[in-house]
Amino acid sequence: MKRFAPPAAIALIVVVALLEGLARAGLIPATVLPAPSAIAAGFIDIARNGDLVVPTLITFGEALAATLIGVLAGIPAGIWLARSPAFGQAYESWLGGLFAAPIVLLYPLFLVVFHRTNATIIIMGAITAVLPIIIQARTGMLHVPGVLKAVGQSFNATPRQAFWLIAFPAAVPSIVTGIRLALIYSLVNTIGLEFLIDFGGLGRVISDYYAQYDIPQMYAGIVAIVAISVALLWLLDRVERRLRPA
Amino acid sequence: MTERRRVFAIQAITIAGILAAYELLARSHLLYAGVVPPLFDIAVAFVAMLGDPATYTNLAVSLAEIAVGFVLATAGGVLVGILIGARPWLREAVGPYLDGIAAAPKIVFFPIAILLFGVGPPSKAALGALSAFFPVALTVAAAVRRINPVLVRVGRSFNASRSQMIAKVYLPALVPAIVNGMRLGLGLAIIGVLLGEIKLSDRGIGFLTIDEYNHFRIPQMYATLILIFILAVGANMLIGRLETRERARRAK
Repeated sequence: MKRFAPPAAIALIVVVALLEGLARAGLIPATVLPAPSAIAAGFIDIARNGDLVVPTLITFGEALAATLIGVLAGIPAGIWLARSPAFGQAYESWLGGLFAAPIVLLYPLFLVVFHRTNATIIIMGAITAVLPIIIQARTGMLHVPGVLKAVGQSFNATPRQAFWLIAFPAAVPSIVTGIRLALIYSLVNTIGLEFLIDFGGLGRVISDYYAQYDIPQMYAGIVAIVAISVALLWLLDRVERRLRPA
Repeated sequence: MTERRRVFAIQAITIAGILAAYELLARSHLLYAGVVPPLFDIAVAFVAMLGDPATYTNLAVSLAEIAVGFVLATAGGVLVGILIGARPWLREAVGPYLDGIAAAPKIVFFPIAILLFGVGPPSKAALGALSAFFPVALTVAAAVRRINPVLVRVGRSFNASRSQMIAKVYLPALVPAIVNGMRLGLGLAIIGVLLGEIKLSDRGIGFLTIDEYNHFRIPQMYATLILIFILAVGANMLIGRLETRERARRAK
């Protein structure tokens, strides 16, 4: 993602002003799209009701927990698949297929076993998080530059040293990419599930306000989710750029 | 050949192991009865579902919603992608928002779709369209920036009008990107439509799933989920074939 340029700020102001004007002129019904000023008031409202900060923390907590499980399970699994070629080949296409599969649609299945709890949300998030990490960890380990391996051999590195001092560090950039994807996917998954099962953080907030037909508050929640997505993308982009060797 | 055989053996053993572990779990009574039904019960439910005419009317509803959403998303995505790809100021103005919304879960926009289109199939199609729109628009926008500038200059030097430029220069050069965006978008359109149906609807395959869930008919619920996965995998294979054919055509 590119840096937040002034034209983006101008576009936002123009669109908000336009919507405000149309809403005030009565051209857009408030039951479909409330005026931006009403959404702003809704924002203050949900913040006062405790439906902004705490739910955001809950959502991030669940997404981070899912990502952490993904990291702990995915990195060893990816390394193992890189080291045993037969298993790596056997599971390669499956991993790709699962990564593209609509796993989120299986949520009723998890609901049956774990009910409307954090467990359902975190376990489903962990499944979406672990796949990119396994794939990226394996790719990273398979593409350690031959020069680096040769250096290790010429220094008579033990297998353990060759792994910890050469192969693993060389795979780190690829693994970081996997973790970035995992974080984004598990966050999307978490918010979506919260909305669907009406439980947990920000997704639950939207579902609740919609159920009560508090439309400005519902819009405020949706705006908050989009804003968090934009902010997270921007932040991860910066972190990854800093970690990547120049 | 022995290498390939080993890979195949690992795959076969893994599948058998997963099924056996599942069956053991189902028969162990570690979980509440009925929560994890035995494979045989699921197979019976699946066959019964295939014999039920209601399955096909619901399947038709879902397919229609997916098709409408997907077509709208492709048309809109190509148009918006060309516009923001060709106009740098427009890209700077709306790009960050497109990236942000593209990364946000689309299902949270479902209440807005219901406010606009009601609880019937149109709101599901709208959610499918919204889901599929972003990959198409973003892939096309990125591809527009990589178009060979010579092609654009040739078009301009022939005094091509804007619609001629789009039809004769941009679109032909963008076909691979459009097909790629469509492949990414179709999967998301399916997810959008079915999640919408699961959340709030009175027809469609997603509705069948949540209806079975609400009546605690778990083997039947598994059967609908298997049908959904067959649908998703089939759609993915179909569009993958389209992509291969397109690539073969270009290679000629």
